[in-house]
Amino acid sequence: MAQLLSMLVEGASLGAVYALVALGIVVIYKSSSVVNFAQPSLLMFGTYVTASAYSLHGLSFWVALPLGVAAAAVLAVLVDRVLVARFRRTQAVVAASIMTIGVDVVLLTEVDRRIGSQILTTGDPWGNEVVRFLGIGVAEARIAALVVSALLLVLFQLWLHRSDFGVAMRATAEDPETASLMGIRLGRVSATAWAVAGALAVCAGLFIVAYPSPGLDTSVEAVALRALPAAIIGGLDSTTGAIAGGLLVGLSEVLVRGYGEHLAFLGQGFEEAAPYVLMLVVLLARPAGLFGIREAVRV
Amino acid sequence: MFKAALTSSKQARAGVRWRVPVAVVAGVVLLAIPLYADRFWLNLGSFAFAAAIGAVGLMILVGRVGQLSLAHSFFLAVGAYGYIWLSSPATEESWGLGLPSLAAAVVAVALAGLAGLAFSPLAGRLKGIYLGVASLALVFIGQHVLFTAEPLTGGYNGRNVPELSIGSFQVFGVEPELSLFGVPLRQAERGWYVTLLILALTTVFAVLVLRSRVGRAFAAIRDGEVHAAALGVRVARYRSVAFTLSSVYAGLAGVLLALLFERVVPEYWDLFLSLEYLAMVVIGGQASVAGAIAGAAFVSSLPLLLQRYSDAIPGMGGAVSNFGPAYVAQILYGGMIVLILFYEPKGLAALATRARKALTPRRPVAADRTPAA
Repeated sequence: MAQLLSMLVEGASLGAVYALVALGIVVIYKSSSVVNFAQPSLLMFGTYVTASAYSLHGLSFWVALPLGVAAAAVLAVLVDRVLVARFRRTQAVVAASIMTIGVDVVLLTEVDRRIGSQILTTGDPWGNEVVRFLGIGVAEARIAALVVSALLLVLFQLWLHRSDFGVAMRATAEDPETASLMGIRLGRVSATAWAVAGALAVCAGLFIVAYPSPGLDTSVEAVALRALPAAIIGGLDSTTGAIAGGLLVGLSEVLVRGYGEHLAFLGQGFEEAAPYVLMLVVLLARPAGLFGIREAVRV
Repeated sequence: MFKAALTSSKQARAGVRWRVPVAVVAGVVLLAIPLYADRFWLNLGSFAFAAAIGAVGLMILVGRVGQLSLAHSFFLAVGAYGYIWLSSPATEESWGLGLPSLAAAVVAVALAGLAGLAFSPLAGRLKGIYLGVASLALVFIGQHVLFTAEPLTGGYNGRNVPELSIGSFQVFGVEPELSLFGVPLRQAERGWYVTLLILALTTVFAVLVLRSRVGRAFAAIRDGEVHAAALGVRVARYRSVAFTLSSVYAGLAGVLLALLFERVVPEYWDLFLSLEYLAMVVIGGQASVAGAIAGAAFVSSLPLLLQRYSDAIPGMGGAVSNFGPAYVAQILYGGMIVLILFYEPKGLAALATRARKALTPRRPVAADRTPAA
């Protein structure tokens, strides 16, 4: 029982982190109908900036963090303005999405080269203490991840539903043409979406590399990639879905790892494939994802 | 309208006029190369031809139907490991059926097709990018199986690939001795000719399919799903047909790659391999058969060429191994995907069109021709 409870807490914490990355993918999809495959590389890039500012240049975490977040946000906006914006007029969303794959490959290759075989830490303030409650022990960093992610998710939802900008973004997602006629500047909406997505990815990256993970190395990108099944499970056009999808992916991963000895027939390390299996199952039942709206066409 | 039809038919005729002599010259050159080139270049060619078969399959799906798939490496692996499983004799620690190798190769390709068909509940229903993300699942599940199903795949260390022989004729080997114009046909030469022959056959088949009713249905779906459905095209069925066809091509390429490698290891068939095939298709111009083959030649040869000439390129060889051939190759594929989509989405195919236009003598345009209404 205690084992299950501690796995649930850990799964929720990891899931909230995935939700942050998936949310970025969803926001970009809603504002420009492009699936951003470069999201894992934005995460790697921003986290690398933070980690290298701390580990290699000796800056304090509180300086390094905004640097990393800003770097990823600026890079994301550049990708949008310079590369993806070109496809907006022709609505060639598949081509634009394939282009983000190219961006991802270039960026990851360069970040990987810089990281090399090092393991960089970000100097985050959570340390490696373990908190005990209800008979279970959970790493402090995991609690911090859960709390901070939940806070960011709530703030984001409030922003999307209460602020003028949120209204503009939802209007754009509903019908870009009408939104544009109402005076909403589509370019600005999508640039903001990309900036937010970049910033969220770095916040998530910070928690992925925090304790008990040893730090930032090249294996983190495979973890970051699991945000894609999270976004698809929830439905690409639903922010609520991104949160649900993130949680499901995090829980499935932690539970499969925790009950590994009972699942031995599936082979060792099945937790890395589990989110993808879950995605296939969800897509078979609901092709638009759990919260996605199925596209209907009227002729 | 009428004028547009006229010009396009004139262009088509110009295309045909060039196509035949170009194909004949290219064919003669390709057949003659093994008489002069050494092993390195022949192996380079064999791998490029095998990869081109896979690239043509992916091109049909991505360029002609508008469906994105990142699972190509999975179907390549099904072909490769399927062949190994079917043709190896069973032993204590590994499974095998011990079929005759030619039958094993054919069944392995069919297995890849079946795997593609089994995915059709999703391949038929999901559209474009959605399918791209869903197909990611196959790569990761495939990688998991390749690393853990040791009796089948040999696990981390991989498995040897049995030779392909028809009777006593080793298709990729040395027995019986053959020679052409005094040049002995050994492994490398045979590899070149066999992969080239299979590439030629599969290319012709692809062109025939794309020109048929099926190919027109593909294009209709790509250009407008709703319109296609209104014209009576069964969208879901044709999408899964295209997905299955592309997995058959991938399976065939996988079998050939395995035979050329002689030993396969699981880490080769990862997500990055899928991205390489995507790069081949994008570099070739997405919808062109010839483009996909050219893209495959470029992408598959690049790392080998960089490896061979890295000492000659400043900053790459020697102590600064940081910028190794793998790094440069990856940056180049990724960069080319971005740049080609940005500047010339028709890729290498557009270059060929331009070259043809430049070489075709232009007739002076009559002064009284006004723009069509």
